[in-house]
Amino acid sequence: MSRDLEEYLRPGIESTPFCPGCGHGILMNLVLRAIDECKINMDDMLFVSGIGCAAWIPSPHFNADTLHTLHGRAIAFATGAKMFNPKLNVMVISGDGDLASIGGNHLIHGARRNIDLTVICANNMIYGMTGGQVASTSPLGALTSTSMDGNVYRPFDLCKLVLGAGARYVARFSVTQPLLLVNAIKKSLNTPGFTFIEVLSPCPTQFGRRNRYDSPADMLKTLTERCIVKEEARNLSEDELEDKIVTGEFTIE
Amino acid sequence: MGYKVIESTFPAGSYYLSGNEAIAEGAIAAGCRYYAGYPITPSSEIMERISVRFKDLHGVFMQMEDEIASICSVIGAVWAGAKAMTATSGPGFSLMQEGIGYAALTETPLVIVDIQRAGPGTGQATRVASGDLMQAKWGSHGDYYIIALSPWSVQEMYEQTIHAFNVAEKYRVPVFVMGEEAVGHLRERIEVKDTLKIFNRKKKKGAPPFGTDQDDGIPPMPSFGDGEKLLVTGSTHNEIGIRKTDDPDAHSRLVNRINKKILNNRNNIIQTESHHLKDAEVVVVSYGFTARSALFAIEQLRKEGKKVGLLRLKTIWPFADEIIHDIGQRAKTIFVPEMNRGQIIGEVMKYASCEVIPYNQTNGEIIHPHRIINEVRRLMQ
Repeated sequence: MSRDLEEYLRPGIESTPFCPGCGHGILMNLVLRAIDECKINMDDMLFVSGIGCAAWIPSPHFNADTLHTLHGRAIAFATGAKMFNPKLNVMVISGDGDLASIGGNHLIHGARRNIDLTVICANNMIYGMTGGQVASTSPLGALTSTSMDGNVYRPFDLCKLVLGAGARYVARFSVTQPLLLVNAIKKSLNTPGFTFIEVLSPCPTQFGRRNRYDSPADMLKTLTERCIVKEEARNLSEDELEDKIVTGEFTIE
Repeated sequence: MGYKVIESTFPAGSYYLSGNEAIAEGAIAAGCRYYAGYPITPSSEIMERISVRFKDLHGVFMQMEDEIASICSVIGAVWAGAKAMTATSGPGFSLMQEGIGYAALTETPLVIVDIQRAGPGTGQATRVASGDLMQAKWGSHGDYYIIALSPWSVQEMYEQTIHAFNVAEKYRVPVFVMGEEAVGHLRERIEVKDTLKIFNRKKKKGAPPFGTDQDDGIPPMPSFGDGEKLLVTGSTHNEIGIRKTDDPDAHSRLVNRINKKILNNRNNIIQTESHHLKDAEVVVVSYGFTARSALFAIEQLRKEGKKVGLLRLKTIWPFADEIIHDIGQRAKTIFVPEMNRGQIIGEVMKYASCEVIPYNQTNGEIIHPHRIINEVRRLMQ
C-alpha cells in the first residue's frame, strides 16, 4: 500500500488478511488510487461486497461505509441502498465465484437495469477461501481440489456476459497492468449507470500451487506475459492468441 | 416512549378492501418507502398496489429477479435509511431464509409479509394454509429471534402491518406478518383513523451500532451516508462491526443479545385477545383466519350453555408462554385447531399443564366453524 493512500484506510487497520503473492492487495491499492485521483469523498462512498477473499478488500479496510453481505448477493444489497439513497456512490467489490457463479443472476439483472453501480470483480479463477475448488471462471484443464483431472467445463467470458446483459462500461485488466486498471476504475466511477471491471488477480496459494507455478512471482510474470491489450491482439493470429488473455475496454461492436 | 402520533397518509374513513390491499396501505401509513418483491400467488396484489401508490409518495418500488434479491435489496435500503418491506408466499419465503438470518444478525429492522398458501413444494398456490409458522421461527440457520404476527381480518392486515414496522424499528429485528390466503383475498370493510402511532429507529451519533450497555439490549442504528463509516457484516462482529470470526466471547455475546432483546421484552411485544375465558372449561387457542371460525363456534356453544372460551394469538413469536401456562392451570382442556399438521400446538403443550387436543386440517380449505363446534361438543360429552 502506498503511504499516501493510508488516509483512506480505517484507523487501526495494520495488515490485510491476504496470502503472500495474492493480487488482491494490489487491487486494493489501485481502487484507492483511482478514488484519490477522482477526488471522491469517502463519506459519500458505500462499498458492498459478498463472501470470499475479494469481499475483504473493502471490509473492514476502507474508511467508508461498508456492507459485507451474503455470498453472491452484493449487487442485490447495493441495488437497495443505491435506489433508496442515490447520493451514495456505490462500489461493489467481490470475487468471481461470488459475482459470477452464486450471484450470476444478480449480475446480469444489475446490468440489465443499468443501476448506477461500479462493480469490480476480482477474478482469481478459483474458490480461494474455501480451499481451491473449480470455479465457473476456471480455465479448461485447470487443476483444482474438485477437478483433479482438469476442468472439463468452459469458463465464462465475464466481460461478454455483462456486456450482453446491457452494462454501460465493461473492461478487463490484470493487476499486472496497474496504470490501465486505475484509468478503467476512474472511468467506471465517472460513468453513470452499471459499469463492470473484471480484474485478473493471481491466487498462488490455491491456483498457483496446483497448476505448477514455481512461485508467486512466477505466477505474476506469466500473467504479465499472457495479458495483452486488445489493440495488440488485433495483429495476432489465432494460434498466437491461444495462450493470451485479451484485456481492454469492451463495447458491443 | 419513542412513539409519535402522525397524520394518516391514507385519508380517514371506511374502505372496502382486500387483505392484501390493506397490507399495502398499512405499510405506506407506517412510513414504508422502499419495497422490493417478486410476483407470487397469493401475495402479488400487495406489490401491485404499492407499485401504483408509491408514485405519488416518492417511494422506491423494485421488482427484483427473485425473492433472494428482494430480501437483500430491502436490507440494503434499510441501511440506507429506509423503512422497507417485501411480501411473498411459501416458496418465496423459503428463498428468503438466508437473508432473514443476515437481517437478524445485523439487527436490520424490516417487514416481511408471508401470505401463506398450501405447501410443501409448490403445493396449492391459490389455497389457504398456515404451514409457515415454524419456518418463521426456525427457517434460517443458527440461533436468532424474530417477531411474527397473525392477523385475522382485513382491518388487522392494515393495523398489524403498521404495528410490524413499529416493533421492527423499536427492536431492530425482522418482523413477519403471517397472513393467510383466506385473509389476503378476503374483502371486507375497514375503518381508517386520521392519526396513527409510529416508531422510528433510535439514532445516536458515534454510538456503537452493534452493542449497547442499555438494559433493553437495542443499540441505536445509523444509516449509510451519515458519515459514521459503518461496518455492516453478516459475520460475527463486535459492537462497532469489526469481524470476530474466532472469538468465542464475541459470538456468545452477540447471539445472546439478539435473542434476549426480544425474549426479555416479550411481555411488551405479545398481544392476545380473550373471549369468555373467565369460567371456560375448554379453551380454544387459535390464530389467523381459523380464529374467526373459532370465535363463531364458541359463541354458538355458549348459547348451548357450554363453558368454552377463546384465546386468540395476535402475536405468534415470541410465544405467549405465560398466558398459556395460566390458562393451563384453570382449564380442563385446550383445543388447538390449525391449518397445518400441528405447529403451534407443540408450543401450547410446552407451557400448558392441562390436556391439549389438536385439530388439524391440510386440505387447502379453511376450518369451518361447525367442525370446531362438533369437536368441542364431543370433548365436553
